[in-house]
Amino acid sequence: MSTMVDARGLSCPQPVLDTLQQLKIQQKGELIVMVDTDASKENVIRAARSRKWQTKDVQPEGSGYRITFTKE
Amino acid sequence: MKNIFATRKGIIGVGSLIGVLAALLQYWGNPGNMGICVACFVRDIAGAVGLHRAGVVQYMRPEIIGFVLGSLIAAYAFKEFRPRAGSAPIVRFVLGVFAMIGALVFLGCPWRALLRLAAGDGNAVIGVVGLVAGIYIGVQFLKGGYNLGRAEKTYTSVGWMLPLVMLGFLVLLLISPQITGENKSGVLFYSLKGPGAMHAPILLSLAIGLLVGFLAQRSRFCTMGAFRDLILFRQIHLFSGIIALLIAAFGTNLLVGQFHPGFVGQPVAHTMGLWNFSGMLLAGLAFTLAGGCPGRQLFLAGEGDSDAAIFVLGMIVGAGFAHNFALASSPKGVGPHGIAAVVIGLVVCLFIGLTMRKKVV
Repeated sequence: MSTMVDARGLSCPQPVLDTLQQLKIQQKGELIVMVDTDASKENVIRAARSRKWQTKDVQPEGSGYRITFTKE
Repeated sequence: MKNIFATRKGIIGVGSLIGVLAALLQYWGNPGNMGICVACFVRDIAGAVGLHRAGVVQYMRPEIIGFVLGSLIAAYAFKEFRPRAGSAPIVRFVLGVFAMIGALVFLGCPWRALLRLAAGDGNAVIGVVGLVAGIYIGVQFLKGGYNLGRAEKTYTSVGWMLPLVMLGFLVLLLISPQITGENKSGVLFYSLKGPGAMHAPILLSLAIGLLVGFLAQRSRFCTMGAFRDLILFRQIHLFSGIIALLIAAFGTNLLVGQFHPGFVGQPVAHTMGLWNFSGMLLAGLAFTLAGGCPGRQLFLAGEGDSDAAIFVLGMIVGAGFAHNFALASSPKGVGPHGIAAVVIGLVVCLFIGLTMRKKVV
């Protein structure tokens, strides 16, 4: 069971804020984050990594990316 | 494909290179401690096209044109051009206006604040403290749910609008070259004295502008974001970039004899501490609410973000107001109405920050 943060169209630093907020609530499991710029992709991955979440998968979707994070 | 410029080494490398190039641009002719100043240079462009008629600050700065076009080239080369629009454009315009006014009360954007610091201008310390305070207030709004809403994907040509404006400015510059002793050439205004009369050779300025625009787009270099991420996320990624800029500019200044520590008599600077602080407080808050420092707004505009382009237009118009209404400071101190403008700007930013928020779940 995974949750999703849709950060498409949001400008910096909103995608990171939304992602971190969800990571805080969720603690572990799987989280999918949708972003639409490369800068947001890098920022979200960097933020998740700093919270010890792993980037499992990055898939292009539409004009952006679908990123899957996991934590045991 | 991994983006090496977005790594820690990448951002440090880009910051260092910008620091060296900015100090060298001063060495090659740009005004004192103003090798690169996004706010000042946008203001000079506003003067060049006659939106204000402050005789000492009129020049079509090729660096600014290069920043936008360099970012555009990088965005296309790496398939990152994303035309987008619609995240509260009018608010971004107003933030651009007041960001510019705040910066011109201090006499510099964050880039120049760092360059002034790297050249020994003690007043810049107070400016940077104000900048950080403004960003700190902005971060509180972000934590409280402040959000200008989503942008939507749009026509490619929407993303081209500001780059095309910059191309137009470049054409004007090339067909209306400066005539010695004349303050006008074709439609463009030039300065005969003051900072507007000081500039590196056009092609050199343009080339460095393009290079910096390209690298900043790749690395997401942002001076406001540096402090914001540090305060908001305890993250030092962007911060390491501006520290690199500071150290590199300091080293270069030492080497070429541009380091002159002190408070009094610094180039294009005043010593009114409270207003150095408050001008940057306003600018820092406006940048944070708009999501980027003035440089970053130019780079975002180059990669298709038309909301950032609107912020840039706001800065151009804000520069017009700043000089027409005597809000901008001069080496003598703040302008007659600068203090009122800073107060109004802070009230406007608080209104924006307090009323545009989504409920935090």
